[in-house]
Amino acid sequence: MSVEGAHSNGSASAEVAARVERRWATIAVIIVVMMALLAAFAGIHRATMPQPRVETTDPSRLHLSGEFVESNLGSVLETNGNVTVRAIGQQYSFTPACIVVPVDTPITLRATSADVVHGILIQGTNVNTMLVPGYISEQLMRFTKSGDYLMPCQEFCSFGHEGMWGKVKVIDKADFANRAKGGGRLSCVGQ
Amino acid sequence: MLVNRKLILAHFWLAFAVFGIALTLGAWQMFIRSPIGTWLSNPELYYRSLTAHGTVMGYVFPTLVAMGFGYAISESALEQRLVGVRWAWAGFWLIVVGAIMAMVPVGLGRASVLYTFYPPLIGNVFYYLGVVLVVVGSWIWVALMSVNLRVWRKAHPGAPVPLAMFANVAGSYLWAWTAVGAALELLLQIIPVAAGLKATIDAGLARVFFSWTLHAIVYFWLMPTYIAYYTIVPRAIGGRIYSDSMARISFILFLVVAMPIGMHHTFADPQVGAGFKFIHSAFTALVALPTLLTVFTICASVEIAARLRGGRGMFGWIRALPWDNPMMLALAFSFVMLGFGGAGGLINMSYQLDASIHNTQWITGHFHLIFGGAIVIMYFAIAYDLWPHLTGRELIDLRLIRTQLWLWFIGMIVTTFPWHWVGILGMPRRMAYFDFGDPAIAPQALSVTLSAIGGFILLASGIMFIVILARGMRAPLVDAGPYRFALAVHQPTMVPVALNTHALWVALMIALTLTNYGYPILNLALSEGTSVPAVYVGAQ
Repeated sequence: MSVEGAHSNGSASAEVAARVERRWATIAVIIVVMMALLAAFAGIHRATMPQPRVETTDPSRLHLSGEFVESNLGSVLETNGNVTVRAIGQQYSFTPACIVVPVDTPITLRATSADVVHGILIQGTNVNTMLVPGYISEQLMRFTKSGDYLMPCQEFCSFGHEGMWGKVKVIDKADFANRAKGGGRLSCVGQ
Repeated sequence: MLVNRKLILAHFWLAFAVFGIALTLGAWQMFIRSPIGTWLSNPELYYRSLTAHGTVMGYVFPTLVAMGFGYAISESALEQRLVGVRWAWAGFWLIVVGAIMAMVPVGLGRASVLYTFYPPLIGNVFYYLGVVLVVVGSWIWVALMSVNLRVWRKAHPGAPVPLAMFANVAGSYLWAWTAVGAALELLLQIIPVAAGLKATIDAGLARVFFSWTLHAIVYFWLMPTYIAYYTIVPRAIGGRIYSDSMARISFILFLVVAMPIGMHHTFADPQVGAGFKFIHSAFTALVALPTLLTVFTICASVEIAARLRGGRGMFGWIRALPWDNPMMLALAFSFVMLGFGGAGGLINMSYQLDASIHNTQWITGHFHLIFGGAIVIMYFAIAYDLWPHLTGRELIDLRLIRTQLWLWFIGMIVTTFPWHWVGILGMPRRMAYFDFGDPAIAPQALSVTLSAIGGFILLASGIMFIVILARGMRAPLVDAGPYRFALAVHQPTMVPVALNTHALWVALMIALTLTNYGYPILNLALSEGTSVPAVYVGAQ
C-alpha cells in the first residue's frame, strides 16, 4: 500500500504489514469465490435451486376459470406416477386445508394467493415458498416419511395470520393410488 | 471541535427515547406470544405493536444515530464548524413530524402492515407519508455531509480526508441510494393506492423494490458501528489502526457491493427468475469480503494496543487488553455477535440453504443478533464515548456501564439463540400467538420462553443505558478536551485519489444496481395483468 509517507524508517514494518494484509485478503477472496462456486455446482449438478420460472395468474378470476378453480384444487395422480398438488392461500386459510400426498413420490406443488401475500412452509422439511397474488409458486418435493406435517402460513397476511395453519398428510403409496382410482382431486376429506 | 452539541444531543436523545419505547414494545411482544403470557383476545394489538417496533427500530432509531454521529464526525474529524446548521435542524424536525405522523395511525390500528409494508395490504396513507418525511429528513443530512466535505476539501486541496469522515460520507451515500427502492415503492405504488387514487397494485414488483432497500439498509445501520471499530476503538484502548488504506477499501466495498444483492430476500418468491436470484446470491457472498477484512484489521489494531501494554505470546496478549474499558468490552461482545450472526447470514444468502429457514423465527433471530446485537451495542459505546464531549460532564459510573453492556450481550444471546433453534424447527415469523397445546408445537415452548426471558434482560439493559446517559447530564463538569479519532500506525500523508474520493465508487454502486435490478424491475413493470386489488387494513 502506498499511503505511508515516512519511507525512511517505517518502511520495513509497513512492508511486513502490507504483506500480511495481502495474504489475508487473498484468503478472504478465495473463501468468497468458493462459496459462489459451491452454490453454482449444487445448483447445476443437483438441480437444487429456488423457483426458477415466473408464471402469472389473475387472482380476481381464480375462482372462475383456469388451473385454480375450486374443483381443480387438491392432489392428482398423474399418468407417469407423479403427483401434482394445487392449492391456494387466502385470508386466513389454505384450500385444501389438509393436503394428502403419497410417500416416496415426486410431487409438484403449484400454489397461488387469492388476496394478499402468504407463504407455505411445511415443518420438518425444506418446502418453503411465498404465495404472491398474481404469480404462481411451484415447488418440487418428496416425502420420505409418512405422517402428519404442519403447514403454517409463514408471511404476515393481516390480523388472522396466527390462525392460518394447514396440514399435510403423507400416506402410503398404495393407499393413495387406491383413493385416486375414482379420479377427481384428493384432499384429507373423506379419509 | 464540537460546536453544535445541542444539535447532536437532540439527535441522540430522540434516537434513544424512541429506542426505549420500541424496546419496551419488543419485550411485551416476546412475552405475550410465549407460553408464560396468555393469548391475546385481540391479536391485532400484537401487529400494531410489531409495526411500531419495526418502524422505529428500522427507520427512525438507526437513522438518528447515524445523523447525530455524522454531525459529530464532521465537526471533530474535519475540525470545521458544521455548514448548514439550519438545514440540519430542519432535517431533525422533519423526522420528528414524520415519526409522529406515522405512529398515530399505527397506534390507532389503522396501519398494521408491519414496517415492510406488504402490499396489497394497504394502511392509512399518513403512515406512509410519515415514513417518507423521515427519509426526506435524513436526505438533508446526506446532502450536508457531502457539502461539509466539499468545503473542507476546498480549504485542504489534495489532503487525505480523515478516515472517519471518508467512511461517514460513504455511509450517507449508501443510505441515499438504498432508500430509493422503498421510496419508489411508496411513491409509485403504495401511496397512490392508500390515497384512493388507484385500487390495484403489483405485489411482486413491490417486493422487488423493497428488496432494493431491505438489504443495504442493514449496511447503513452498520456504518456507525464500523466507523467506531476503526476510528474510536483503537484510540480508546490505546492502540493504532493497523492499516488506514485497508479501512478505506472496506468502506468502499460496502458502498459498492451492499446494494446489488437485495434479491436474496426473494429467493422463495415466484416473481423473480433463477438467474437473478443466483447473481444476487453470488454478490451477497462478496459482501462478506469487507467484513472479513475488517475483522482482520481490527484484531490486528487491538493486538497493537495489547503489545504496547506489555502483552506477549501468540495469544497471551489477549489477557493484556484493557478489559475494564467499556469500549474494549463492547467491541468484544460486538465481534462475538457479529461472528454468529454473520455465520447465520451466510446460510440465509445461500442459494440452497435459504429454503430451510426462510421466513421462520431463524430470520428474526438472525437480524436481532446482527442489528440489535453487534450493531446496537456499538451505538451504546459510541454514546458513552461521545457523551462527555457533548455534555461537558464526566460519565463516572464505569461499573454500571460495564454491567449494562454485559446484560445486553447476555440478553441478546439468550433471546436469539433459542430463536434460531425454533426457526430450524419451522416456527413461522410474525404470529401473535402459538398453540403450544398442539403436540407438534409443544416442544418449542421452552425455547420461546427462554427468548422471552432474554427480552426482559434486554429491556433491563436498555433502561440502564438511558439512566446512565441521563445521569451523565447532571454529573460534575469536566473538560473532556477535543474529540479525537484513532491514528493509523502509518498515518497517511498522501492517499491515492481513488481512496480519497467517492465519485468513482458511487458511479459503480449505481451501475451495479442498474445491471442487477434494471431488468427484473422493467420486466415486472411492463408485464400486464399482475396488478391485484388492494386489501385495506383497519377499514372495518
